[in-house]
Amino acid sequence: MFWTRFNPFSNRVWNDLQQLQGEMFRWFDRPHWGVAAFPAVNVWEDGDSLHVEAELPGLQLEDLEIFVTGNNQLTIKGERKQQTPEKASEHRLEWHYGSFVRTLTLPFPVDDRKVNARLENGVLRIELPKHEAARPRRIPVKA
Amino acid sequence: MAENNLTVAQRTDTTNVETTRNGKYFTPRVDIFETDGELLLLADLPGVAPGDIDLRYENGELVVQGKVQPHEHKGHLILGEYEEGDFYCVFQIHESIDAARIEAECKNGVLTVHLPKAEAAKPKQVTVKAK
Repeated sequence: MFWTRFNPFSNRVWNDLQQLQGEMFRWFDRPHWGVAAFPAVNVWEDGDSLHVEAELPGLQLEDLEIFVTGNNQLTIKGERKQQTPEKASEHRLEWHYGSFVRTLTLPFPVDDRKVNARLENGVLRIELPKHEAARPRRIPVKA
Repeated sequence: MAENNLTVAQRTDTTNVETTRNGKYFTPRVDIFETDGELLLLADLPGVAPGDIDLRYENGELVVQGKVQPHEHKGHLILGEYEEGDFYCVFQIHESIDAARIEAECKNGVLTVHLPKAEAAKPKQVTVKAK
């Protein structure tokens, strides 16, 4: 006699469930576009370093202070100065002026002597090389 | 610690514009001031090089368009708080502006447009004579 029994943990159903679970976790892992503290930052990581980007239009290098403390705390501090011309009336004010400070805790220690920052067309780009201990190390496999 | 008196602007997507290029267009943050001689327009265009700004005046409208240079990113994104994209905005200009003398400059991602008032629109001091 031939019959099939419903088995929720049969291979196919189980695989589908696992796939669904994987997709849900991926959705939560994905970076979300959201507003946090000023300035908003985008952070990329590659094998050797961390790349931090922030939009800071109207700022010059001398308006900015960038420092790394305790190997893994990056602080961006600065001030956006008001450019209002004298004896002017305001029609529209969407800009914001003033000082800001933001500290980011980095996911691994960085080499604070090799940090490199550039400000170009109002976009700040900071490159933070990983500390020797945090770098991925290739292990040679001997035959 | 110094207090944070700056906030991140919510980016506005310019959806009613037909684009010939993929990617998003954002409306830049703009300040407009008026003095006796001119209107002054300041727009935030972070990531836009001065050569990539297209500023046009036609049919009484000032069109500002800024292209962000595609920047290659290494590795993978681990924290994303803002989106990059080009900028686009249109302003209606009153005819009292002398369109031939409009001047613009761009520095540190900020576009400054000087819109001089036409002679006829400038305020004139009227002297009151004693009799």
